[in-house]
Amino acid sequence: MSELNGQIPDNANEHCPGPDSEQAGKAEGICATQARGPDPDIPIVTERLQGIKHKILVLSGKGGVGKSTFTAQLGFALATDEDTDVGVVDIDICGPSIPRIMGCKDEEIHGAADGWTPVYVQDNLAVMSIGFMLPSEEEPVIWRGPKKNGLIKQFLKDVEWGSLDYLLFDTPPGTSDEHLSVVVTTPQEVSLQDVRKEIDFCRKARVPVLGVVENMSGFVCPGCHGESKIFYPTTGGAKAMCEELGIPLLGSIPLDPRIGKACDFGTSFTDTVPDSPATKAYLDIISKIKSLVN
Amino acid sequence: MSHPEVGERLASIKHVVLVLSGKGGVGKSSCTVQLALSLASQGRKVGVLDIDLCGPSIPRMLGLDGQQIHQATAGWKRLACMSIGFLLPDKNASVVWRGPKKNAMIKQFLTDVYWGDLDYLLIDTPPGTSDEHLAVVEYLQEWSPDGAVIITTPQAVALTDVKKEINFCHKVGLPVLGLIENMSGFVCPHCSECTNVFSTGGGEGLAGHMEIPFLGRAPIDPNLVMLLERPSKRLLSIVETYERCELSKIFKGICERLDEAL
Ligand SMILES: Nc1ncnc2c1ncn2[C@@H]1O[C@H](COP(=O)(O)OP(=O)(O)OP(=O)(O)O)[C@@H](O)[C@H]1O
Ligand SMILES: Nc1ncnc2c1ncn2[C@@H]1O[C@H](COP(=O)(O)OP(=O)(O)OP(=O)(O)O)[C@@H](O)[C@H]1O
Ligand SMILES: [Mg+2]
Ligand SMILES: [Mg+2]
Ligand SMILES: [Zn+2]
Repeated sequence: MSELNGQIPDNANEHCPGPDSEQAGKAEGICATQARGPDPDIPIVTERLQGIKHKILVLSGKGGVGKSTFTAQLGFALATDEDTDVGVVDIDICGPSIPRIMGCKDEEIHGAADGWTPVYVQDNLAVMSIGFMLPSEEEPVIWRGPKKNGLIKQFLKDVEWGSLDYLLFDTPPGTSDEHLSVVVTTPQEVSLQDVRKEIDFCRKARVPVLGVVENMSGFVCPGCHGESKIFYPTTGGAKAMCEELGIPLLGSIPLDPRIGKACDFGTSFTDTVPDSPATKAYLDIISKIKSLVN
Repeated sequence: MSHPEVGERLASIKHVVLVLSGKGGVGKSSCTVQLALSLASQGRKVGVLDIDLCGPSIPRMLGLDGQQIHQATAGWKRLACMSIGFLLPDKNASVVWRGPKKNAMIKQFLTDVYWGDLDYLLIDTPPGTSDEHLAVVEYLQEWSPDGAVIITTPQAVALTDVKKEINFCHKVGLPVLGLIENMSGFVCPHCSECTNVFSTGGGEGLAGHMEIPFLGRAPIDPNLVMLLERPSKRLLSIVETYERCELSKIFKGICERLDEAL
C-alpha cells in the first residue's frame, strides 16, 4: 500500500475536522476495535443522538436509484409541518449530493464549543453533509475504508443537533449501521439483486426495515401521456421482492424529469410541482412512514 | 511495492481500460458490457473484469448468473468475463469486505485469472474513489494501463461527482481516454417525442470544460434494460442480439473514438 499512500492528497484534510482531530489518528484502529469488542465511541454517539425521536436510514445497495433524492424530499415534506423538527445527515464521502439537492451547497459549517452546528435550510430543517467539510467540490476524496469510518463516526459524535423529531441518514451504496431503515430500489433485477443483499445485511445487523420504496417505476410522456416502463420489472419489481421477503412496499414513485430539475436547483419537489403523480406517490409514502414510526 | 506477477499475467493483453464514474447507477456496468459487445462484434478479443465487490452486476448482464463458464470463443470472436459474483456462494447474501480483504481479492483477480490473448481488458468498477479503485490503480501501476473511460448522466448532481473522478484520474496519473454521456434523453415509443428524463448535454459540456475527449451520447433505451436483464444463456449470442439494438450503432461510434484515443 505504501506507494499510493503518498498520493493521497493532503488537502482533503485542511478544513475537515475529521482527520485533524485526535480521533482521526485512531481511525486505523477502528476495525481492530470492532473485532475485539464493543466500540468505546458508541455510547458517545448514542448520547449525542439522544434528543432525537426517530432515526431513519435511507439505504439501497445499488447506486443511483434515488436515495439522496428521496432523503431530501422526505426531509422537505416532513418539515412542511412547522412543529416537526427534522435533520438530514449525508454521510456519502465520495459523492455528497445533499448540499446541492437541498439548496445549501455554498454553506460552510461552524464549530461551536459543544460541537458542529448544522446548516439550517429552514427553521425546522437542519442539514449536515460531509460535503460541507471538504475543501472543494471538485477534489476527490481518496481515503481508504478505515479512514472513512473514522470520519463518519466523528461526524455522528460531534454534530450538535439539539432535539429533533426525525433524523434522516443518506448513505452511500453498500454501507449501513443502526436504527430503522427505508430501502430504495428501482424496478429492474440488476437493481433488486443488490437490494436483496442490503436487506440481508440489515437483518444480520438487526436494523429493522420499515419498508421498500420503488423509484423510477414507469414514465409518463409529457407529450402524449402514454406510459413506458423504462426500467422494466422483469422479475416482478419491488412488489414481488417484498412479498418474497415479507416486508412492506411503501409505494412506487414514477420517473418525472421535474424531479431531476428540482434536485439540480435545490428545491422541494412536492412543493414546486404539487400536481405531479410523483408528488402524490411521495406524500403517500411519507404518511406511511409517519404512521409506521409513531 | 511492485507487483511483477500482475504484469506477467497481463502481458498478453494489448489494452487495459478502466470504466469509472464518481456517481452510482449512471451505467458503468452497462456501458462496460456494451463496449465489450461492440468490440467483440468487430472481431476483437475482449475480456471483462468486474471488481465491484459489493454489487457485481456483470454476470447478470452477460447472462452468466449462476454459471461456471466465463469464456466463449467462436472463430475470431472472443468474450471472456471474470467477476466476484462467480465466487459468492449465495447471491442474496451480503458480503462485508474490509479494505485489506478487498485489496487481496483484486490482486488475486489480476494475477490468477488466465485471460490469454486479448485486445482489450475492460475493468468495471464500483462508484466513487474507494479501496477498489486505489487497489486496481496501484496493482496496475507498473504495467501502466491505457487509461479510463468516464461515464456520466447529464444532470448536475452527477456531474459534480464525475468531476471529482476525473480529478482522481489526474491525481493518480491515469490517462482519461474520454467521457460517455449516458441516459441522455428518451424517445417515447408512443409518439416519438424525445423527453430529457435526466436532462441532456451536461456530459459534453463537462468534457469540454475539463478538456477530455467526448466519446458520445447514449439515450435511454428500454430495450437495453431488457437485453441486460434477460440475456440468452449463450455468451456470444448476446453479441448478435445487441447488434440489433439501436444503441449498438452509437457504441460502434464510441468504440471508434476510443480506438483513436488509444
Ligand atoms: N423519480 C425520479 N424521476 C426522475 N429522476 C429521478 C427520480 N429519482 C431520482 N432521480 C434522479 O436520478 C438521479 C440519481 O438520484 P440520486 O442522486 O438521488 O441517487 P442516489 O441513490 O443517491 O445515488 P448515489 O448512489 O450516487 O448516492 C438524480 O439525478 C435524480 O435527480
Ligand atoms: N442507456 C440506457 N438506457 C436504458 N437503461 C440503461 C441505460 N444505461 C443504463 N441503463 C440501466 O440503468 C441501470 C443502472 O445501470 P448500471 O447498473 O450499468 O449502472 P452502474 O453505474 O454500473 O451502477 P453501480 O454504481 O450500482 O455499479 C441498469 O438497470 C441498466 O440496465
Ligand atoms: Mg446519493
Ligand atoms: Mg455497476
Ligand atoms: Zn409520447
